[in-house]
Amino acid sequence: MTVRMSKPWASLSRENIAGLGAHMGVYEVQDSSEHTVFIGYAGGKSLFGLRGELERELGRLGTGHRFRCEVNTQYMTRYKELLMVHQADLGELPRDNRDSAPRLGRLRPE
Amino acid sequence: MDFELSDEQRLLVQTARRFVQEQIVPLETKLDPDADSLDPEDHARLAAQVKAMGLYGLGIPEEYGGPAIDLVTEVLLAMELSQHRAGLYAPCYGVFGGTGLAQLYEATEDQKQRYLHPTLRGEKTAFFALTEPSGGSDPARAIRTTAVRDGDDWVINGGKIFISGADEADYGLVFARTDPTQGRGGITCFIVDTDAPGFYVRRVVHTLRSAHYATELQFENLRVPHKNVLGEVNKGFSIASDRVSRARIPYAAACLGPAIKAQQMCIDYVKVRKTFGDLLATRQAIQWMIVDNEIDVRTARFLVLEAAFKAQSGAPFATEAAMAKLVASEAAGRVVDRAIQIHGGSGVSKDLPLERWYRELRIRRIGEGASEIQRLVIARNVIGGSFH
Repeated sequence: MTVRMSKPWASLSRENIAGLGAHMGVYEVQDSSEHTVFIGYAGGKSLFGLRGELERELGRLGTGHRFRCEVNTQYMTRYKELLMVHQADLGELPRDNRDSAPRLGRLRPE
Repeated sequence: MDFELSDEQRLLVQTARRFVQEQIVPLETKLDPDADSLDPEDHARLAAQVKAMGLYGLGIPEEYGGPAIDLVTEVLLAMELSQHRAGLYAPCYGVFGGTGLAQLYEATEDQKQRYLHPTLRGEKTAFFALTEPSGGSDPARAIRTTAVRDGDDWVINGGKIFISGADEADYGLVFARTDPTQGRGGITCFIVDTDAPGFYVRRVVHTLRSAHYATELQFENLRVPHKNVLGEVNKGFSIASDRVSRARIPYAAACLGPAIKAQQMCIDYVKVRKTFGDLLATRQAIQWMIVDNEIDVRTARFLVLEAAFKAQSGAPFATEAAMAKLVASEAAGRVVDRAIQIHGGSGVSKDLPLERWYRELRIRRIGEGASEIQRLVIARNVIGGSFH
């Protein structure tokens, strides 16, 4: 597992989401300008795991976005890691994480 | 030794138990199963309650503002406050306050003003960095991080791994080799500010404790003023060794909280769950698991209390503290393992707290001195010092 997520991007569409398992894990969503707008996780309380969370994202954001995800039972620490890496790389959190991010540390990946 | 609780201890235990059941567990049902923090508003509200109860800062010596509670009582409370899903590593989600780093109680007055007191007031957080990729159980030989004197400063180069909280901390204790010709006698402890140039948190280390990560640190020509040496140069290992042994006792007690709760869950469950037409409680295989659980819990509890009594009385207690840590961490793991077996599929699901305790208790056999290190300490004291 690399520090930055390396899974391929896919269009945030009902068809692509339907193919996902109901696993726990983490995901990133980008807008049409390829800016990451949200990093999220499917945890132990997520109904239908990644599939359920990304269906919710599709409902919230609409079409024209893309996503990638990673099945991971350590979703909580991976989620925080992805947020910290994004902050280290770009100097700020993704747009839709700014009001709800957990307390984060200062990561300086090489 | 008289293990009968005093009226005050009984009252405090009941208060803590009620607090966990009425305040923590209801909030926890709404959190992610791997959460290790509360909503800030809930945290502030409950911390205020704890302060009003006079129990904030458990583990902090009274002269530094902690409650006037002896070690035996602290241990009894540790067994109660860890009886919820996150309780092993985040008892009551920290609303009882932190203790600070025990080693800082041995600091100079200047260091206490700059680091200890702000920490106890909740203004600063700290980390403890001993383990390196080359090893953790034998740090005297494993430490390769170096510190070289340069005028009024020391220059530190190297790295640490499995360090909790370093990415969020304001400062930390870093052990580095200052005399390469010596083993244990060549290590110095430094108080390091995390905003100093040359201090890097390079990566998150994911572990079984998926609620909370560890970190890997790198030091590149990190300059630390000489006034930030904790204790004496080349005597980093000797600082506050009594306090380290003492800290093992409440650490062991906290292992027992999930074990006690898991056993209660088993007893409740086997009285309602039927297989092949009869209750699990009637099955000898199940009865024996519950008996073994009870023996594990009581044995560990006895050893933890014995260690606490000895430490409190001023008698030597290193052997007892090591036994308590060894037995409690291993026994609690066995109890939760049996509890999962009794609960079947539900036991391994995130619907119950057992799977989280199972994962996190595995770490307790390694953290704060692995089981083998505890056995080494016990053997050294039982057999005598010249055979190790």
